[in-house]
Amino acid sequence: MTSKTAVRVTGLTKHFGSVEALREINLAIHEGELFGFIGADGAGKTTLFRILCALLLPDKGNAEVLGFDTVTAFREIRKRIGYMPGRFSLYQDLSVEENLRFFATVFGTTIKANYELIKDIYSQLEPFRNRMAGKLSGGMKQKLALSCALVHRPELLLLDEPTTGVDAVSRREFWQMLGKLQKKGITILVSTPYMDEAALCDRIAFLQNGATLGIDTPKGIVSLFTRPLYAVRSLQKHILINTLRQYEHAASVYAFGSCVHYTDKRPSLDQGELQAYLTSCGLNGVQIEHIEPSIEDTFIALLEEKGGLKNA
Amino acid sequence: MSRFRAFVLKEFYHIFRDRRTAAILFGMPVLQLLLFGYAIRNEINEVKLGICDLSHDTVTRKLTTKLLSTGTFIAIDNLHNPEEINQTFASGLVDEVIVFEPAFASRLQRVGVGHVQVITDGSDPNVSRIITGYTLSVIQDYLREYLKEKSGDTPHAGVISVTVMMFNPALKSVYLFVPGLMALILMLVSALMTSISITREKENGTMEVLLVFSLKPAQIIIGKVVPYVLLAFINLITILALAFFVFGVPCRGSVVLLLLESLLFIGTALSLGIFISTITASQQAAMMISLAGLLLPTILLSGFIFPVASMPLPLQVISNIIPAKWYLIIVRAIMLKGASFSYVWKETMVLVVMTAILVTASIIKFSERLQ
Repeated sequence: MTSKTAVRVTGLTKHFGSVEALREINLAIHEGELFGFIGADGAGKTTLFRILCALLLPDKGNAEVLGFDTVTAFREIRKRIGYMPGRFSLYQDLSVEENLRFFATVFGTTIKANYELIKDIYSQLEPFRNRMAGKLSGGMKQKLALSCALVHRPELLLLDEPTTGVDAVSRREFWQMLGKLQKKGITILVSTPYMDEAALCDRIAFLQNGATLGIDTPKGIVSLFTRPLYAVRSLQKHILINTLRQYEHAASVYAFGSCVHYTDKRPSLDQGELQAYLTSCGLNGVQIEHIEPSIEDTFIALLEEKGGLKNA
Repeated sequence: MSRFRAFVLKEFYHIFRDRRTAAILFGMPVLQLLLFGYAIRNEINEVKLGICDLSHDTVTRKLTTKLLSTGTFIAIDNLHNPEEINQTFASGLVDEVIVFEPAFASRLQRVGVGHVQVITDGSDPNVSRIITGYTLSVIQDYLREYLKEKSGDTPHAGVISVTVMMFNPALKSVYLFVPGLMALILMLVSALMTSISITREKENGTMEVLLVFSLKPAQIIIGKVVPYVLLAFINLITILALAFFVFGVPCRGSVVLLLLESLLFIGTALSLGIFISTITASQQAAMMISLAGLLLPTILLSGFIFPVASMPLPLQVISNIIPAKWYLIIVRAIMLKGASFSYVWKETMVLVVMTAILVTASIIKFSERLQ
């Protein structure tokens, strides 16, 4: 991997009134990287993206995008980036083709000149090219927005929650497209609230309440999770959570899909002992399984470490 | 250049794809002019007249016939007793009742004075004032002839007034409304539509994209403004043509001067619209400010309907900051009085200064960032 830096952020802080949207963010994103920002709503993802696009000014610290400062050289940056805001921001009353052509022309290029770059994405939209953008499905809208953000061949692509509100199949397709774009040398910054998408990034940063909780590769992030993790199942899931929480050696207990994830305070857990405890508390069909932590487990653990997690 | 063309083209798509907007934009001037021209008139027609003739002599009968023959009045009722008057008015049967005193003709002959009471429905003061004036002038006319006939010459030395209505001898209200409507519609199309279309981009998030797409604010704004200048100009021509061909409102001064002054006013209105859009974030807010802050003052404070001179002092002062006031003075001067530029240069300067201030303020306020 080339280690030229595409985005460098140092000590970035941003307030909105008394709300601290970003707090001392430090980041370095390499050229050609697919970098993911993971965080819940209100974590500061959109604010960070807007600062990188020079749409907002930071209160403290600075951000450099493609070697240009976001405050002093924002025009240079804007020429070289493609940006897709969180909500669908194309013209609903223009057709698919008109939208694309508009953005191409406004950027001083044509659809034809860069067709090869957007071909994969746009070819799926071409059957609907005369349809008004407002009448497209969620997945289609995202593809159109991505085409529009790409039509001028940017060096850096900033995608703010591109897959929110998009069905699972379209989401997968969308990420495949990002993979292809990355191979063409485009640096991609993407934010998402979905943990399963994090694993598809080269590196990820967890954002919570405006601060980064950890920045690493998905593997690296997971390796931050050091305690043995167990998935516990029972027929009475709700009682199971409460019973586990009352267990004297319990470190963390939280619902995860159809089971409950459990870590123990002690370095190693005697599964038989826990099983006996749960059965004695009247739970049926208890199953305990040692599992590998996922990115989400790590996120929850990091949150807890910072004392940010309310008992869910 | 092609960027600019694409931008303007996109703006026209927005306007024409939204059928309702397009219908309002092009239908409104025609509809309003027809409404003001035909339906809303200040002239008095078909006044329902009740006569309470307590004298029944030749003079009163002749006077009645004379009133009715003007075509303005329609005889509705003959009242025999003054006590019926209240009830007749209350039932809405009449707009006006004329009462001749008993022995009107003989008193007129003996003493030289006859009493006529003119009663009108004061709930509409304007109409009632006009009817009264008209009735009195008809009676006066008749009596002058009558007395002349009787005594062979003008009996009493009196003051006889001869009135001439300059520029609008027939006192047609269309003459009043056309300049006002021009101001109103140009203001609406230019300021309201521009402010809404810019805030729509903000609301939809497309402004964010446009800015990131390295468009300069000036490019965005000019791209927004050009279509509306064109539309406003088309509307202007429509109004002028309708006013001339349908209502016979002349343009006594230079048409070129009128169009140039109108372009200036369109510029003022557009810069107002842009300014509004820089201080608001939503279409709703832009619309409210444009409607409440621009339309009402344009109608009420510009002298369109109510003369500025008869307003209380504070309102007169406020009316000075209403662009339409100055535009109205200019249009009336050019269209109706045939004035040349040397008569309206002061008002023109006011509009130029207003536009300059608004454009400067907008440039300062319009940010290339979101905050």
